[in-house]
Amino acid sequence: MVIGVLALQGAVSEHVVKLQACGVATKLINELSDLAGIDGIVIPGGESTTIRKLLVREQMLTPLKQLVKSGLPVFGTCAGLVLLAQPDSLDGLNGQVERNGFGRQRESFETELTVMGWSRPFHGVFIRAPFLTRVETPAKPIVTLPDGRIVAAQQANVLVTAFHPELTDDGRFHQLFIDEIVRGRG
Amino acid sequence: MTQTGTTLVKRGMAQMQKGGVIMDVANVEQARVAEAAGAVAVMALERVPSDIRAAGGVARMSDPAMIKAIEAAVTIPVMAKARIGHLAEARILEAIGVDYIDESEVLTPADDNYHINKTKFTVPFVCGCRNLGEALRRIGEGASMLRTKGEPGTGNIIEAVRHMEKVNEQIAHVQAANEDQLISIARDLRAPYELVQEVHETGKLPVINFAAGGVSTPADAALMMNLDADGIFVGSGIFKSENPAKFAKAIVTATAHPTDWDLIARVSENLGNPMKGIEISTLSEDQKMASRGV
Repeated sequence: MVIGVLALQGAVSEHVVKLQACGVATKLINELSDLAGIDGIVIPGGESTTIRKLLVREQMLTPLKQLVKSGLPVFGTCAGLVLLAQPDSLDGLNGQVERNGFGRQRESFETELTVMGWSRPFHGVFIRAPFLTRVETPAKPIVTLPDGRIVAAQQANVLVTAFHPELTDDGRFHQLFIDEIVRGRG
Repeated sequence: MTQTGTTLVKRGMAQMQKGGVIMDVANVEQARVAEAAGAVAVMALERVPSDIRAAGGVARMSDPAMIKAIEAAVTIPVMAKARIGHLAEARILEAIGVDYIDESEVLTPADDNYHINKTKFTVPFVCGCRNLGEALRRIGEGASMLRTKGEPGTGNIIEAVRHMEKVNEQIAHVQAANEDQLISIARDLRAPYELVQEVHETGKLPVINFAAGGVSTPADAALMMNLDADGIFVGSGIFKSENPAKFAKAIVTATAHPTDWDLIARVSENLGNPMKGIEISTLSEDQKMASRGV
């Protein structure tokens, strides 16, 4: 199994470390031809506007969008969530995203999250993070803050978090992606 | 339970900027050009370093109104510079919501004994360094991100190269050293012992380190990325060039693909003239910004 990590900009190495800890091989995705032969892809945290522009420049936006549509497992964190939720970007999640939804950097925060079906909370790191104002079927929320903001969701082959599981030691979201979406698919 | 301004969110913010280009902009129009080119952030300041050199006098924090106008104009993060040691300028920048403060030698230092105690702020700071001692002292004061000092406003890459190579050589030295030598190394570096110990164990800095000071072409950006910079600051290099929009876009592409030489060759074609630049040896000691705030 090989999981690609989109490596145009952002927290790439952090995701590589987490995926390797899950026991899977990784491949950095820098150009169109790199998309061949992967079993899933991670879109890391970074600046979503920058990553989107680089995807367009590398002529990768439409092919990646089609791969996501055709069922390629994809895990997007923060900027990755933004790109997957935007209809004119990767359009992989039926929902409405609010970029920088919590405010500027001084409002960035850490908090304990209650994840549906998990006995222990997950420590969420939110950095100029987006959130989802709503998700619609077939997408379903996985983590909702007490005020109703949706910060993790899944739709078939697409998993998104507004926070950064790549910045903490807890590997449960990466493991969920590998076990339930990448392996569960076959 | 919910905490802001933690080490993790401050350092993490810099991690999200990796592989990107942060551009100096002097007004809303330039900020929009930078964002359209794919900058990961803009540094709002009234005069780019080459203009600060030309103007002389005391260089201070920019007008808050100018910074707020840029914050309103772009969705990418906005950084701004405070004078070294000027905690009041830094508090003002924090109050208007800048996303990162550069405690910068490009401005005239306000304190030649102490840097700002950056641990007390919610907003994260980036600081310049020429060697591992400076790097670790700044981290000890609470910097969440580093950059080379280079020699700002010269369009000459040699100082940034020296500083990046120096830091990396010293990291390798600390990592290879015997544990018993670390106290003496910390003394020689004039660096906090705990941070020297951390570098010894991990073989890397605990924060992201960008290249800055003299980057003016896509090739300069690629050079610094190949010397293991985590990303690039461009000061005067974009808006003092002949075609700012083209230079900005080309530098972003080169930074994202620093070993794709065919691509970098392609984006380097027909860019027009880069900023003119200054040979370092023609600067007198008091004209050098890099020796401020050690």
